[in-house]
Amino acid sequence: MQPVWFVLVALMLTVYVVLDGFDLGAGIIHLLVGKTDRERRTVLRSIGPVWDGNEVWLLATGGTLYCMFPVLYAASFSGFYLPLMMVLWLLMLRGMGIELRGHIENPMWHSFWDVVFAASSALLAIFLGAALGNVIRGVPLNAEGYFFEPLWTNFQPGPHPGILDWYTVLAGLVALVALTTHGAAYVAAKTLETVNERARQAGLLSSRILILLTPISLAATLVVRPAMLDNYRAHWWGLVFPLLVVGGLIGLEFFWRTGKDGMVFLSSTTYLVGMLGGAAFGLFPTVLPASTDTTHSLTIYNASTGEYGLSIGLTWWCVGMLLATGYFTYLYRSFQGKVLVEDSQAQG
Amino acid sequence: MDDALAINRWQFTFTITFHYLFPQLTMGLALLIVMLKSLAVWKNDDRFNRAAQFWGKVFGISFFFGVITGIPMEFQFGTNWARFARFAGGVIGQTLAMEGVFAFFLESSFLGLFLFGEKRLGRWGHWLASVLVFLGSWLSGYFIIVTNAWMQHPVGYIVASDGSVHLSSFWALLLNPWAIWQYLHNMNGSVVTASLVMTSVGAYYLLSREQVEYGQMFLKLGVITACIASFLQAMPTGDMQAKLVARHQPAAFAAMEGLFKTEQGAAMVIIGQPDVENQRLDNPIMIPNMLSFLTYQRWGAEVKGLEAFPREEWPDHIPLLYYSYHIMIGLGTIFIGITSIAVFLLWRGWLFQSRWMLWILMLSFPFPFIANTAGWVTAEVGRQPWLVYGLLRTSQGTSPLVSAGNGLFTLLGFMGMYTILAILFLFLMWREIDHGPKALESTHDQSQPEQEGGKA
Repeated sequence: MQPVWFVLVALMLTVYVVLDGFDLGAGIIHLLVGKTDRERRTVLRSIGPVWDGNEVWLLATGGTLYCMFPVLYAASFSGFYLPLMMVLWLLMLRGMGIELRGHIENPMWHSFWDVVFAASSALLAIFLGAALGNVIRGVPLNAEGYFFEPLWTNFQPGPHPGILDWYTVLAGLVALVALTTHGAAYVAAKTLETVNERARQAGLLSSRILILLTPISLAATLVVRPAMLDNYRAHWWGLVFPLLVVGGLIGLEFFWRTGKDGMVFLSSTTYLVGMLGGAAFGLFPTVLPASTDTTHSLTIYNASTGEYGLSIGLTWWCVGMLLATGYFTYLYRSFQGKVLVEDSQAQG
Repeated sequence: MDDALAINRWQFTFTITFHYLFPQLTMGLALLIVMLKSLAVWKNDDRFNRAAQFWGKVFGISFFFGVITGIPMEFQFGTNWARFARFAGGVIGQTLAMEGVFAFFLESSFLGLFLFGEKRLGRWGHWLASVLVFLGSWLSGYFIIVTNAWMQHPVGYIVASDGSVHLSSFWALLLNPWAIWQYLHNMNGSVVTASLVMTSVGAYYLLSREQVEYGQMFLKLGVITACIASFLQAMPTGDMQAKLVARHQPAAFAAMEGLFKTEQGAAMVIIGQPDVENQRLDNPIMIPNMLSFLTYQRWGAEVKGLEAFPREEWPDHIPLLYYSYHIMIGLGTIFIGITSIAVFLLWRGWLFQSRWMLWILMLSFPFPFIANTAGWVTAEVGRQPWLVYGLLRTSQGTSPLVSAGNGLFTLLGFMGMYTILAILFLFLMWREIDHGPKALESTHDQSQPEQEGGKA
């Protein structure tokens, strides 16, 4: 039962990154592609009806993780205390940037929330990447299964690292560039004219940086955590994940140049699925490795709840996910097509 | 009290109290919006649609503030209460995850469609969207109440070998009798808040002689709903809830009532100040035998006082518990009185001219928020010193490695952030009410652009 839940939680997290990833990315490039008020409103409207639902995937993933692996939830949430609180504040500020901007017609009010939206989106992308970097690198778990990490120590990934060291900062950068690309692809696909053109330019540039950064980050991962290769050596089919990453990168380079925005988005999605799937595949069955003593590592077996909870959960989870997929399909179909914004302000 | 423990308690108290100001408005409003949409369809009158749109905007803003202040709640079980999260996750993880999967997806998907898809969805489609938003928000409330009810009255669990609890019966958890009454009491309280806010806005429009037509509509719907809900809040929901507390948490019950000595034919205290050191109540005004009768339906029945319980079972803030309970009951009684008079005036056709009553109704809006908050303080302080009643003490629930200094840093951060949120909320709310539904009439025909940005 535990492996099933490992796969399902990893799947939910991937859906979260793919969905909320594009609206975070839209935020990162918000100030770059939108210079006038009308252009910025175009960016906001491209994510307006869906960003909130996308973010719900984070809550649903967190809830499911807590339900099935309470030991992992308790250890990681208390261990990452400060960065998580900062993520919370950033999530709040970002939501305010999106939702409150349109309430008042005043250029100062608009620029203030535009900057808040862009800055919080970029910082969130970095934090999310750094968080994943922490999970791969390992944390100083004690015998009771708890740890506490300060924000930084000496920036070295030793047995007593901080949240930020050179490896996790690198992971944060990769996330920033990857989501910039992903968001640019989404904005390009949803818009016309200048916004579309600027999104393509930004996307092409960030794709190329991503092509440079990805091999560096993978090499760094093998330095920091050589054990990530064990599962790949044992099961050849795991190679599908690196292949997805490579395929996604090739697709990005190719389709940006041919100007097929929809295919670019598909490529960046493929890249994200490959990266996250590859990390999950390499970690399994560990969910939080200990940097101190490997016997303290949390695995799906010592971090999960009882058998009854796991199996009854699967029943309602399937029903709930079927419903949620239905809502999302309907929602996205309702708001499909390019975003059109009038010059005159017609927001109520 | 240990520093870190105190700070963790303060942070949770502060963040949840602030958070709950918003859902208690939106859950009740969701019901009132369904009523307005149904009236619009039934009477084929577009003014009800306009009214629903206006309250939809108020709902949208409040919902947004509820969401962003709600996210920290799901995080804090893990960040600040890791030992509790680990202990209880096998049970309450179920309901918290179900809230995300069943309620949040439903709400977030259909709120956008409700707020911006009126033309696209058509008359019945838009009505259905309002019903689904209502369903989502009330479902969300249910999962949270089930979680809290389990902490008040644990059921459906077994203790595993590592000392944590595992779920043993899914349906026992979901149908916990405590949860059923707590849910009805809580949701009905939310209806009291929303309907009194609607009444208050209606009274404001009439008193300022603006948008009179809508003011009358809001007053009528608000006052009738508030009156029914105020009665239901006392009987049967409040009454049943109190009986459950008396049976399962007798020490909390005694403290709530300010009853230090065990008595036969115990009196009900209306007012008075508890003196915990000397175990007595100063300046009491009471109704003789009433408490025994309300609790056990016999005038002479014995009600256990605090003296019957060992000190370590006493709630740790007795005066706070006593006052919050009495504030809740007192305000609830006042709501019954005011709304009954208002409904009488409405029935006689005098309400819209009774300026004194309109003033009272207009000024009434903060009090249901206070009453509901006091109710939650009663429930949560009453549960102390237990985090999970009878199973886990609050002091055993904190995160072992999060220091008081780190906790204070984030508590101060939340205080700063929420101060800004509060100012923004009041400012935006004031603007919406000032514009009112009338402003929607003029812009309605040009309508919304095809794709709308901000949802709130």
